[in-house]
Amino acid sequence: MDNTIEKIVQVLQEKAGATFEEFRGEVHVFVNADKIVDSLTFLRDEHAFSLLSVLTAVDYWPQENPRFHVIYQLTSLTQNLSLQLRVPVNANQLKMPTATGVFEVANWREREVYDMFGIEFEGHPDPRRILMAEDWIGHPLRKDFPLGYEEPQFSFNFEEIDLRKPYVKE
Amino acid sequence: MGVEQKLGNMGIVTTTLENAVNWSRTNAMWPMLFGLACCAIEMMAAQASDYDMSRFGMELMRPSPRQSDLMIVAGRVSRKMAPVLRRLYDQMPEPKWVISMGDCASCGGVFNNYAIVQGVDEVVPVDVYVAGCPPRPEALIHGVLTLFEKVKGEKFVDLAKV
Amino acid sequence: MPDYQLEEVAVGPYKHLVSERAVSGETMLLNMGPQHPSTHGVLRLLLELDGETIVNCIPDIGYLHTGVEKNMEAKTYLKAEVMCDRLDYMNPLGNNLAYSMAVEKLVDLDVPPRAQALRVILVELQRIASHLVWLGAFGLDLAAMSLFLYCFREREVILDIFELVSGQRMMTTYIRPGGLWRDVPVEFESAVRHFLKIYPARIDEYEALMSKNPVLQDRIVGIGKMSAQDALSYGVTGPMLRASGVDWDLRKARPYMGYEQYEFNVPTRKEGDTYARYIVRIEEMRESLKIIEQAMNKLPMGPVNSDNRKFVPPPRSEIGTSMESLIHHFKLWTEGFPAPKASIYSAVESPRGELGVYLEGDGGPKPYRVHWRTPSFNNLSVISLITKGHLVADLIGILASVDIVLGDIDR
Repeated sequence: MDNTIEKIVQVLQEKAGATFEEFRGEVHVFVNADKIVDSLTFLRDEHAFSLLSVLTAVDYWPQENPRFHVIYQLTSLTQNLSLQLRVPVNANQLKMPTATGVFEVANWREREVYDMFGIEFEGHPDPRRILMAEDWIGHPLRKDFPLGYEEPQFSFNFEEIDLRKPYVKE
Repeated sequence: MGVEQKLGNMGIVTTTLENAVNWSRTNAMWPMLFGLACCAIEMMAAQASDYDMSRFGMELMRPSPRQSDLMIVAGRVSRKMAPVLRRLYDQMPEPKWVISMGDCASCGGVFNNYAIVQGVDEVVPVDVYVAGCPPRPEALIHGVLTLFEKVKGEKFVDLAKV
Repeated sequence: MPDYQLEEVAVGPYKHLVSERAVSGETMLLNMGPQHPSTHGVLRLLLELDGETIVNCIPDIGYLHTGVEKNMEAKTYLKAEVMCDRLDYMNPLGNNLAYSMAVEKLVDLDVPPRAQALRVILVELQRIASHLVWLGAFGLDLAAMSLFLYCFREREVILDIFELVSGQRMMTTYIRPGGLWRDVPVEFESAVRHFLKIYPARIDEYEALMSKNPVLQDRIVGIGKMSAQDALSYGVTGPMLRASGVDWDLRKARPYMGYEQYEFNVPTRKEGDTYARYIVRIEEMRESLKIIEQAMNKLPMGPVNSDNRKFVPPPRSEIGTSMESLIHHFKLWTEGFPAPKASIYSAVESPRGELGVYLEGDGGPKPYRVHWRTPSFNNLSVISLITKGHLVADLIGILASVDIVLGDIDR
C-alpha cells in the first residue's frame, strides 16, 4: 500500500486500536464506535481528508455480533488518497455517535442509515426518516425485511390474480 | 347529407350535440404536468420540437390541476407519492381522463418491490395505457390519439348514469 | 386575535428546523409541493417566508424512492444492471459504466482498448445530452422557453446515435461488465462526426442567447454563493464544486478507461454563484467535444469484449461449434458468475459529480450489498444553506443551477 496511507494506518492503530485489511488496492480500517468521531476529526484536520464520500451500512443478519458494519469512505483532494473506515455495530446496541460536527453531509446520510437500517445516532440534530414516509414501520434494507414482491400475472393465473388486485372503482 | 345537399354551400353543418361536444373536447385537451421520472423526459421530448404535441391541441402543460383535463402519469409512483397523486386527481374538474405512460405506471415495470405501487390503476382509474420503458414520443402520441378516439365515442347517456 | 394553536399544528414536525417566528405566526410556512412546474422532479420544499424573503428552506425527499438497492440484491449481477439505468435517468450510460467498472474491479476482469475508447465516446455524448436537458430546464425555469426547444433539437441527434448503437434511445444497458453488449455498426463513425461538425456552432448560439443577456445577468449573478469550504463539508462534487474554486475532477485525478490519453481542460470558476455554475457547464460541453474527437481519431480496432468466458457470454456463432462455449453460456444464464467475498468502492465522474458504487459480494452469483453514492443527494443537502436570505424567485434559479435529478437522490 501507499507510504502515506501506511503511516496513517499505523497512527490509527496506536491511537484508536484499529485493525485493517487490504483488497484490490483499497485499505479498510476497522474502528470501534466510541473512537470514530475522534478518528474522523483527526483525519480531517491532520491529514486533509476533507471529503466524506460515502456513509452507509451493511447488514450481516443472521449474524448478531456484529450485525451491521457502518462504512465511512474518506477522500483527500490534495494528496489524492482514499481510506475506508468500518465500524462494527452489534444487534443489541444500535446506537452510535453522530459525525455531524465533523462533516455536514453526515446530517442527511445518517438519517438515511437510520431510515434504512434502524441504527440511531446520538446527538443528531434532526432524527427523522428521510426516504420512506413518516409513518412507515420497519427498516427496509435489513435482511429480514421482505422485498414486497408481487406475483407476476401469466396467462395461467391471470384471472385469479386479477380478482385479488386492488383496482380503484371510480 | 340532408340539409347541406339541399341548401348548398351556405356555411351550415348539421351534426349531433354529442359529436360537437366530443370534437371540441379532443381538440383542446390540456394535460397536467405530472412527470415523475424518466418518462417525464420523453414527455418533454414529445412536447418539444421534433415530435410536437401542440399540433394535437396540447399546446401548454398546466401545472395546476384546476385548469387541466388530462393527467399523464409519467413515471414510477412510490408509496409516499400515491396519496398526493390521488389528491391531485380529485382536484381536477370533470370531465377528466388519465393516461398511464410507461411500464412503471401501468404495472410496476422493472421494480417489483415494497416501494413502488404496482400499477397506477390501484390509485386512479386509467383510460389508456402506453407501454414502453420509456415509450418513444411517437408511442405517447399514439396513446393520445387512442384516447381521442375513446372520447369521440363517449355518449351522454353514460355520463348521466354516474 | 391571532390563533397561536393553529400555527403550532402547522409547524408540527418541523419545529426544530424553523425559527421561533414561525410558531408565533410572524413568518409563513409555504409548501412548494411535490408537483410544481419548476421543480426538477418530485421534490417538496418547505419554505419559511418573511414576506418574499426565505428565512429557512427545508427539503423533503423520498417521493421517488424505488428500493433499487434492495431489489438489486435479489438479482444476479448481469440482471441487476437493468435497474441501474433508471437511477439517474439523465445519464443512463454513465450509470452503466459505474456499475460495470465496479463489477470488473470486484472480479478482476480486463476490458480491451477498443471497448474503453467506445465507452469514453458514449459517456461523453451522454454528458452533453445531460447538460442539454439541464440547459433547457434552466431556460424554462427562468422563462426563456425558446432555449428549451433548441436544446431538445440537439438532443434528438444524440439520441439517434444511441438508438443506432443499441436499439434504445435512453435506457440502453449497452455498457456491460467486460466490455460492451456488441460492436458498433459502420454508420456510427459518420453519425458522430456529423454531430461533431454541427455542434460547436450551436453552443455559440446558446451563449449568444443567454450569457450576455442583461435580464439573465440581473437574475443570476451573485445569487446562491457557496464557499469552497462549505462545499467540501457538505460533500458536494462535480460542476458545483468546480464553480466554487476547487479543481477536482475524477477524470483527471484518478483516470479510468483511458482518460489519461486525451487532452482536455477542467473548467473552474472562483465565484461560486449561479452564473459561475452555468458557465462551468457550458464550458464542460465544449471540453467533451474535444474528448470525443480525440477518441474517434484514435479508435483502435480489436474485440469489444473480454476473453474471459467465465464472466462474459460467448458470441452466438461459437455456441454451435464449441462445447465449452455452450456450457459457459448455460451457466451464465441460469446461475450467473460468482464474486469473491469482499467489498470494493469504485467511482466515476457523472455530469453531476462523483457517482460511486459500493459493491459487496458474498461468494454467490447475487450481490450482497449495492450502495449507490449519488451526487445529487449531497448537492441538494446544501440548498438550505445557500438560499437563506434570498427571494423566492431567486430560489428557482438556484434550484435550476444545482441540477438535481430526483431518481439519483431517492434511488
